[in-house]
Amino acid sequence: MASQDIIARSATTTPPPSIRQLEEVAKLIDTTKCIGCKACQVACSEWNELRDEVGHNHGTYDNPQDLSAESWTLMRFTEHENEAGNLEWLIRKDGCMHCAEPGCLKACPSPGAIIKHANGIVDFNQDHCIGCGYCITGCPFNIPRISQKDHKAYKCTLCSDRVAVGLEPACVKTCPTGAIVFGSKEDMKTHAAERIVDLKSRGFDQAGLYDPDGVGGTHVMYVLHHADQPSLYAGLPNQPVISPLVGLWKGVTKPLALLAMGAAVLAGFFHYVRVGPNRVEEDEHPSAPDTSVHQVDPAVHVYDPGKPGTPGEERP
Amino acid sequence: MKDKPILRYTANERTNHWIVAILFFMAGLSGLALFHPALFWLSHLFGGGPWTRILHPFMGVAMFVFFLGLVIRFWRYNFLTANDRQWLRGIDKVLRNEEEGLPPVGKYNAGQKLLFWTLLVCMLVLLVSGVVIWRAYFSHWFGIESIRLGALAHAVAGFVLVMSIIVHIYAGIWIKGSVGAMLHGWVSRAWARKHHALWYRQVTREEPTDSQKGIKP
Repeated sequence: MASQDIIARSATTTPPPSIRQLEEVAKLIDTTKCIGCKACQVACSEWNELRDEVGHNHGTYDNPQDLSAESWTLMRFTEHENEAGNLEWLIRKDGCMHCAEPGCLKACPSPGAIIKHANGIVDFNQDHCIGCGYCITGCPFNIPRISQKDHKAYKCTLCSDRVAVGLEPACVKTCPTGAIVFGSKEDMKTHAAERIVDLKSRGFDQAGLYDPDGVGGTHVMYVLHHADQPSLYAGLPNQPVISPLVGLWKGVTKPLALLAMGAAVLAGFFHYVRVGPNRVEEDEHPSAPDTSVHQVDPAVHVYDPGKPGTPGEERP
Repeated sequence: MKDKPILRYTANERTNHWIVAILFFMAGLSGLALFHPALFWLSHLFGGGPWTRILHPFMGVAMFVFFLGLVIRFWRYNFLTANDRQWLRGIDKVLRNEEEGLPPVGKYNAGQKLLFWTLLVCMLVLLVSGVVIWRAYFSHWFGIESIRLGALAHAVAGFVLVMSIIVHIYAGIWIKGSVGAMLHGWVSRAWARKHHALWYRQVTREEPTDSQKGIKP
């Protein structure tokens, strides 16, 4: 994608290029169609040349157990017993949500290490990444991971390299049930609405779209059977927002603090200019002051009124 | 011997102070690089962003350790007294260089004492929060909310520390003779009398008098 298409850039306070208008894209993940085959995980590793370490079975279907710098997407399995006492197997493909207001980008201190493209993709530029992990601190979804090999942050790119040349992300391409679809955000919302009508007709009254407002909407959206309880899906946040602590940390407080530091330096300077230094009069010590006269102007005549009629001197 | 200067800081105390000062500048400048984008260029002083990220916590820990040395040396002179409260009430006079009418000051005035405790609190907060947000070694032991709180607390404590040190440095520039005290150790008797009268009386009492030294008057 051309650099003009970067519409937000980490640690940058000037406006980004904004001449071109690109259509926003979105990936729609329909949890109701997902069979948990993990083909998307494999496709992701294939396309992105990622080969995570083979881990251990932890007694769940989640494999690997968690996202990592080399596993950018992961099926999370939840066994949920509904009110009728029936088991529901809720499977959610976890990964970066590509928030419209990304917490990672807000928290990142390195200019250009995190960028947001005009089409909505949030991308990490590892070349500018300093490895501080602030993106993890800022993310409401617990997505970025720091590699222990190179200490850079990694996460799903939404296959920005594929999307840039008109292809769909690798996970979308491979999904055998059509649970993952990709297109313009508007189209994906329309598609989701159709799915939700279908789900409601089949008894899922609370079916709905997960496109949370708290982060300005996302460019990865879910169709959920239980949109009223997103947290059922392996802890998907019900109301994700950038933490108020992060807001306070990275908000208006920073420029104000910078201003205060500058003001303190200036205050010192002008105190010096107006009040001046505090010097010690070194001759104020109590020993007898040296009162002897070293130079006498011959024009000056000393007259002591206590001794009238000093010899040799005419009274005026 | 009335004009003999007084030793205010020993060589060890001076060395300890300046090690902390140098480490403060290193940790401070690298911290400011990550504090706000406008100061990210400071990271170039340390070899770029990643090196800044790598070095900053080590410099911070070193600063804390050496600062503890200063605490052990000076804490006992930094308890606030009734005189100090009166001195603080007259802080406007102090700022106008008209401190004559204020109560006499011991080794440290109330401002210096407050600075001491402020620095100590900042250093402790910076250490604890810094460990929590030290991603390479420690962050995996802490939950995300602790890390967020740590990042915020670290920034706040760093800000207060920088502000305090700006005041500290300016006080040194403003009060002539105090930088010398920390550079070569000596202050003049007049300086000690003017700024730290109680301390002056104390140290001059302890000095051997001429008769004790066997010098005939």
